[in-house]
Amino acid sequence: MSDIISVEHLAYSYPGVEDTPGVAVFQDMNLRIEQGSFVAILGTNGCGKSTLAKHFNSILLPTGGKVYVCGIDTANLDRIMTVRRNVGMVFQNPDNQIVANVVEEDVAFGPENLGVASPEIRNRVDRALKQVDMYEYRKHAPHLLSGGQKQRIAIAGVIAMEPKCIVLDEPTAMLDPRGRREVIETVSRLNREKGITVVLITHHMDEAAKAQRVVVMNRGVVAADGTPQEVFSQVELLHSIGLAAPDTVELCWALNREGFDLPLTELDPEACARAIYETFTKEGRI
Amino acid sequence: MEPILEVKNLSYVYSVGTPFEHKALDNVSFAVRRGEFIGIIGHTGSGKSTLMQQLNGLLKPTAGQILLDGQDIWSDKKLTRQARFRVGLVFQYPEYQLFEETVYKDIAFGPKNMGLSPEEIDRRVREAAGFVGLTEAQLQVSPFDLSGGQKRRVAIAGVIAMEPEVLILDEPTAGLDPVGRAGILGNIEDYRRAKNATIMMVSHSMEDVARLTDRLLVMNGSRLAMDDTPANVFAHARELLDMGLSIPQVTQVFLHLQAMGLDVNSVYTIDQAVQALKKIGGGLHA
Amino acid sequence: MLKDITLGQYFPGNSPIHRLDPRTKLIVLVVYVVALFLAESIVSYLLMLAFLLTVIHISTIPYKSIVRGLKPLVMIVAFTGIMNIFFYNSGKVLVKFWVITVTWGGVAKAIQMMSRILLLISGTFLLTYTTSPIALTDGLESLMKPLKKVRVPVHELAMMMSIALRFIPTLIEETGKIMSAQKARGADFESGSLMDKAKALIPILVPLFISAFRRADELATAMECRCYQGGEGRTKMKLLHYRRSDFTAFGVGAALMAAICILGQFGL
Repeated sequence: MSDIISVEHLAYSYPGVEDTPGVAVFQDMNLRIEQGSFVAILGTNGCGKSTLAKHFNSILLPTGGKVYVCGIDTANLDRIMTVRRNVGMVFQNPDNQIVANVVEEDVAFGPENLGVASPEIRNRVDRALKQVDMYEYRKHAPHLLSGGQKQRIAIAGVIAMEPKCIVLDEPTAMLDPRGRREVIETVSRLNREKGITVVLITHHMDEAAKAQRVVVMNRGVVAADGTPQEVFSQVELLHSIGLAAPDTVELCWALNREGFDLPLTELDPEACARAIYETFTKEGRI
Repeated sequence: MEPILEVKNLSYVYSVGTPFEHKALDNVSFAVRRGEFIGIIGHTGSGKSTLMQQLNGLLKPTAGQILLDGQDIWSDKKLTRQARFRVGLVFQYPEYQLFEETVYKDIAFGPKNMGLSPEEIDRRVREAAGFVGLTEAQLQVSPFDLSGGQKRRVAIAGVIAMEPEVLILDEPTAGLDPVGRAGILGNIEDYRRAKNATIMMVSHSMEDVARLTDRLLVMNGSRLAMDDTPANVFAHARELLDMGLSIPQVTQVFLHLQAMGLDVNSVYTIDQAVQALKKIGGGLHA
Repeated sequence: MLKDITLGQYFPGNSPIHRLDPRTKLIVLVVYVVALFLAESIVSYLLMLAFLLTVIHISTIPYKSIVRGLKPLVMIVAFTGIMNIFFYNSGKVLVKFWVITVTWGGVAKAIQMMSRILLLISGTFLLTYTTSPIALTDGLESLMKPLKKVRVPVHELAMMMSIALRFIPTLIEETGKIMSAQKARGADFESGSLMDKAKALIPILVPLFISAFRRADELATAMECRCYQGGEGRTKMKLLHYRRSDFTAFGVGAALMAAICILGQFGL
């Protein structure tokens, strides 16, 4: 499998204003994202997650090192539209990324910018809306929809450009549990069924647990990288950088501190319960 | 003990007499006592936000009463204004309401509107800043130079400085990382203890309300669907899911354990879970 | 008050009026407005009213919504009426006191002017109620295309207009939220002198501006991410093309104009 995004020795500083010096976010950041994978990126507020995401489609350009998307250098300004067409972005606040007053017109915005022919835009818009399960709302005004619905419109707007990859920057931070479920189920399905690469930046451990790979960032470098099981079992490391594991792992970890011997790899409540049950019965506690 | 705040048969209808007429609250009744920590959960549009704005007199009930210390807050103009100060309200994303040149002045806005003496205002500003962990030096900077999490603290301090007897917060931890979340929740708990204040917190995080509160109000479809201890509320897993809510992961683990035949009570925090499991298995191990 | 603003609001629907090409609606509106200014007699006004009511009926927009839209403009209409009653003198004197003379002609003129404003605004509302803002800007952009030749940034203007329309409800909602938040901190927007009231607006305006700038910034980034780079090379999902119903509408518009002109010839 080839890499859709590859970050090589990335350095980036926010430019300073007048006499205040710029702030260095990255000095030597490296990361590769495989085509077709579902990667969650975790980190505390201000660890550089969003800054990194903005490098994935040439919104920010490296001050050192390189970022390649589908093999194209993101700093190559001639190919910026190819980069942006292939890596779509969904941001935290759905209100600030919806351009049009009617759902379908908003979804059409991207393909219109790409100069796609009119009948083909119609097809793409209808397909995209069906994929996020919002087709019946195509004539609605976006500001009257729920947060979860608005985010799904934003996702439809991105997939109508037929990208290879979607990057979502804390898409569920402003949503209620139902809205969060809707968004995460939608992107998981797009990854599974359409093979679209998904990069999900989040604060919610249970959302990250749904990914195939979890990358933990801290102070501009990768602090942990692996399957959710591999990453979340490093509970002490997560605590030391101000994060936590999903509660199932936290429970097992707390029990182990009391002298039990439980695996730190169960992310699903039922699997966690079974692990506890088996440990207890095996050791003859019950 | 006499309740500090009592809601009697409260109903509220938005935009009466227009095509947008919408019943946001339907015959809601409950009473809260001094020093209670109450969680309010419910999906978006369930009536939580409307309810909050009723409690400090920002919205006038269509029917029913709000009693503060036994007096109807709408019976007298003076009482209505007093309710604003005695019942403090922190909106969602409160950092977006900051406007003053310095943090100090912004926190002082509420106390100033109360008509307090300069000495008293000064005392309150400093005390409130202390509760949310802002330093002396930070009081003199512009709130717009602070980080997102710090801005949130300033905004909360602005309400705490009015020393409300009832402090209502709408999702005070939305968008923060685990450490930021724990920090703000700790600040709120400190204020409750120091002033024996009542806290009412709207949250989408079942884990947070489970850990902190003694009582949960569950709003669904403009009605108060449940008013009970977290243990009793989370025992209704099926109904909560149908309302678009969720239950804490540890509670889910224990529901599975019970189904597997393990004799454990329902729990909703990791601490309780550890205690419960130690009781069955701990003896053998020690 | 803020919630009463319905200008620019769109009522989705599928009536023959909704389905007309936005350019047709804009052109017919212009014809209607010109006819309105040519109309002099009661008969021509009744004709204009009949035309408006017929269109409202076909559009299935509830009459109530039109009336509600007119509410915020009551003051302007009343002011026009009063000015005309007091300052237009002709015909039989009805009342005379101090420097003011109210004449029969003045009253008639006042009624005419008020009817004209009400018919004008209702007609405009009907356009915005039945045409999505995007379609409206598309229509305007298309009609103004010839101006591109003289370097008028037609696409940019149209885009600005459609984004402004898109954010009106969002900013109204935001204003409401900020006002509530400041009221919860004891801010008082009602009492005090004019100076106090102006000062009381600072806690609303500062956060509102900051938030508007933040939104603009985020929106600009989001648009860039979706490959926006101005009007160059851009296509449209919905191509505008005239259909049979549009030619019918032009016919009706022309007939209305002709009728008003003929009535004018006969002094009606």
